[in-house]
Amino acid sequence: MSNHLSQKFEEIVGTGNVLASEVDRHNYAYDAAVLPPQLPALAVRPETPEALGRVVKTCNELGLPLTVRGSGTNLSGGTIPSEGGVVVLTGALNKIIEINEADMYAVVQTGVVTAKFAAEVAKRGLFYPPDPGSQAVSTMGGNVAENAGGLRGLKYGVTKDYVMGMSFYDVDGELVKTGSRTVKCVTGMNLHGLMVGSEGTLGVFNEIILKLVPPPKASKAMMAIFDDLGKASETVAAIIAAKIVPATLEYMDDFTIKTVEDFAHAGLPTDAKALLLIEVDGHPAQVEDEAAEVEAICKRVGATRIQVAKDAVERNKVWEARRAALSALARVRPTTVLEDATVPRSKIPAMVGALEKIAEKYKLTIGTFGHAGDGNLHPTILTDKRDHAEFTRVEAAIDEIFDVALSLGGTLSGEHGIGMAKSKYMVKEVGQGSIMYAKRLKAALDPKNILNPGKITGA
Amino acid sequence: MSEMRQLVGLLKQIDDQLVACMRCGMCQAVCPIYAETGLEGHVARGKIALLECLADEVIKDPAGVKERLDACLLCGSCQANCPSGVKALDIFFKARAFLTGYYGLPPVKRAIFRGLLQNPKLFDTVLGVASKFQGLFTKPVNDMLGSSCARVFSDLIGGRHFAPLADKPLHDVATQRDTPRGHSGLKIAFFYGCVVDKMFPRIGEAVLKVCDHHGVGVFMPHAQACCGIPALSSGDRETFEKLVALNMKVFAESDFDVLVTPCATCTSTIKKIWPLMAEDLPATTRYQVKELSAKVKDVSAFLIQDVGVTPADVAVSGEPVTVTYHDPCHLKKSLGISAEPRALIGCNPRYKLQEMEGADSCCGSGGSFTLQHYDLSKRIGKRKRDNIVATGAAVAATSCPACMLQIGDMLSQAGDTLAIRHPVEIYAETLAGR
Repeated sequence: MSNHLSQKFEEIVGTGNVLASEVDRHNYAYDAAVLPPQLPALAVRPETPEALGRVVKTCNELGLPLTVRGSGTNLSGGTIPSEGGVVVLTGALNKIIEINEADMYAVVQTGVVTAKFAAEVAKRGLFYPPDPGSQAVSTMGGNVAENAGGLRGLKYGVTKDYVMGMSFYDVDGELVKTGSRTVKCVTGMNLHGLMVGSEGTLGVFNEIILKLVPPPKASKAMMAIFDDLGKASETVAAIIAAKIVPATLEYMDDFTIKTVEDFAHAGLPTDAKALLLIEVDGHPAQVEDEAAEVEAICKRVGATRIQVAKDAVERNKVWEARRAALSALARVRPTTVLEDATVPRSKIPAMVGALEKIAEKYKLTIGTFGHAGDGNLHPTILTDKRDHAEFTRVEAAIDEIFDVALSLGGTLSGEHGIGMAKSKYMVKEVGQGSIMYAKRLKAALDPKNILNPGKITGA
Repeated sequence: MSEMRQLVGLLKQIDDQLVACMRCGMCQAVCPIYAETGLEGHVARGKIALLECLADEVIKDPAGVKERLDACLLCGSCQANCPSGVKALDIFFKARAFLTGYYGLPPVKRAIFRGLLQNPKLFDTVLGVASKFQGLFTKPVNDMLGSSCARVFSDLIGGRHFAPLADKPLHDVATQRDTPRGHSGLKIAFFYGCVVDKMFPRIGEAVLKVCDHHGVGVFMPHAQACCGIPALSSGDRETFEKLVALNMKVFAESDFDVLVTPCATCTSTIKKIWPLMAEDLPATTRYQVKELSAKVKDVSAFLIQDVGVTPADVAVSGEPVTVTYHDPCHLKKSLGISAEPRALIGCNPRYKLQEMEGADSCCGSGGSFTLQHYDLSKRIGKRKRDNIVATGAAVAATSCPACMLQIGDMLSQAGDTLAIRHPVEIYAETLAGR
């Protein structure tokens, strides 16, 4: 059976591009989410758009579940395949087709690595702002499918704010085109809007048209240190209330600060209760003004100390500390569960307080850091998945984290997606009507339910 | 089947290390093999996942796992870039030993490791004889690089352009010595390593010349044995342990301040791998290993940090020679040494350093990796070659003789006429008595 299947796909993508051995199947059974792996029947790697379309069509004809995988960095299980399904690898579809400086857009294939794309764009004096933590390896297709965010989300938005259009394959292998290379385009239904964040459940991306912007001319970074959590979150609110939108406004709790300092010796104040890392960017004059004002607000609301980066080296130091956060936490215990519950900015103190209580209640270690400016927190549970009793408490804690986030008017996911990990909570956030609507939509577009089944709305 | 149980049991010993991998995939950004193949089984995360599956008995195919595990340069890029601090190299060395224990060592490797490497004198003799007759089987192809290729097809050599065995190895041109501390007040033990001894004795001579010039005492015994990395990479822990013991006999009781090597691979093996893999050795040996590994240093690091060499006062006429420097993985990624070799090159005012793109990306050698996966090795090496040539440099410098072999092969095959030098050779050119 599986031999026959391999042959069928080999005819489309060539012998070297069908991976069906036992080790290969196990290698494409997981992603970065802490979830059990599921063994696919095989993985295929199309090298051309035509082959990609034929792979999709063949899967549909055979009723085989299909999961598209870029670099497999998904944190919600969106790239964990269905048992016995097909994993479609986009690694060979990695061309940057066009970077248009005059009209400030780019066209890419789905397998282009985010950081490489951003670097190519920067070489032409332009800027692609979305910067997910996994950008060094994650792919553009994955970013669009998950609507990935990043540190710059507060001012520059997330992936969806940069998708101008795309082409994708429907289950019959027909190429669907949506959007355009123009800034304005209201031709037809906003299908690319529908595709962003659809986690591979509605179509298979081919090419994506992305908006580019001019890079900021100047930037200034600072670190504000607080001995009180409330004051840190009030400062976030006060900065926004002063009509200043920093490019980044990051938060780190005391546990994270201590762990980062132990690991990276970045010179962080280990007696602080919370830290804010703030960067403003834009026109040099505006940056000077805003940085001064942010500094004044921090002082007024109650920062015990503020360190303003004098030059690029000091600026880098500020961000090194932030970048080290996950690394440092990840080394404390074997298993790291990184969540991304998100609340309205004004609710950050309530959320942080609730996280402290949850950690205590379930006897867990939770370090919290994240994007305070946009309310996107990363409570990071440090555990050992082999300790079943503890892991059961972890699962209960996660349930409660989402309950709290929702009760505060927040959302299940700021940037990681729903995937398999959070589909069970979906109804709590959007209600039964929305689930049914999405299911009917999917049933119409994908009658055999082959496109990444089980993701977002569950089975 | 009972052997399978044993293998599973061994893998369980490293379970704590395996489980530390959180599957984030950041290793994909820096893995030279993954950059070529894009296969999950070729990157650290994928290999660790497979080992976990094997340990959990979910996978029944240890051969498949071994094949993936062997497709690795052991360059350590993944480990250096891992957010969770997964000790990928520890895992791979141990797992290779377990799997080799399960499958046994292939006959050719058994003959080389156990027959030759474990008997340094015989090893010297055999290669000494081989160097006399190599002209019958090989022919020079590139005078500048001094490379050769096979006259008739040979399985081992294939289409390679390799540095021939030296007419006279270092241990023939330089007698054993044990000179006292001079005006530097320092004394080194000189661990020259197999490739320098047998293929690049000129590097060893440069080290000795520099030491003499700076009044550094040198203890250089000829009975020293291979550092053991070729055997260990192939999972032959038995040979590795014997070689460590042989070296202990020679070096452990002697009086010196620093154990100096001109080979990045030897340095990193002695510094990191010896203590890591010495856990089964007797307690006294373990202690000695720890002491010795604390003393080992790359020759550039030694000269810059300890001797304090400064730019030489030599006459410069005409345009300086452009040189570009390749960071061996074993020096930069494993030991964090990248400034010192450049500083040493900078001590020769006749040279001008021109950085290449990706100076610290692997050249694709990986020791015996290049023998087993020549095609992949060549693809990685080709990128390195292109980056070197793009600098317009006349000289490619690096601190690892294995990298020199690989880079030499790549340049020679492309018909480039660059010279390959070790930083210590470039520095030695400034000293009197040239």
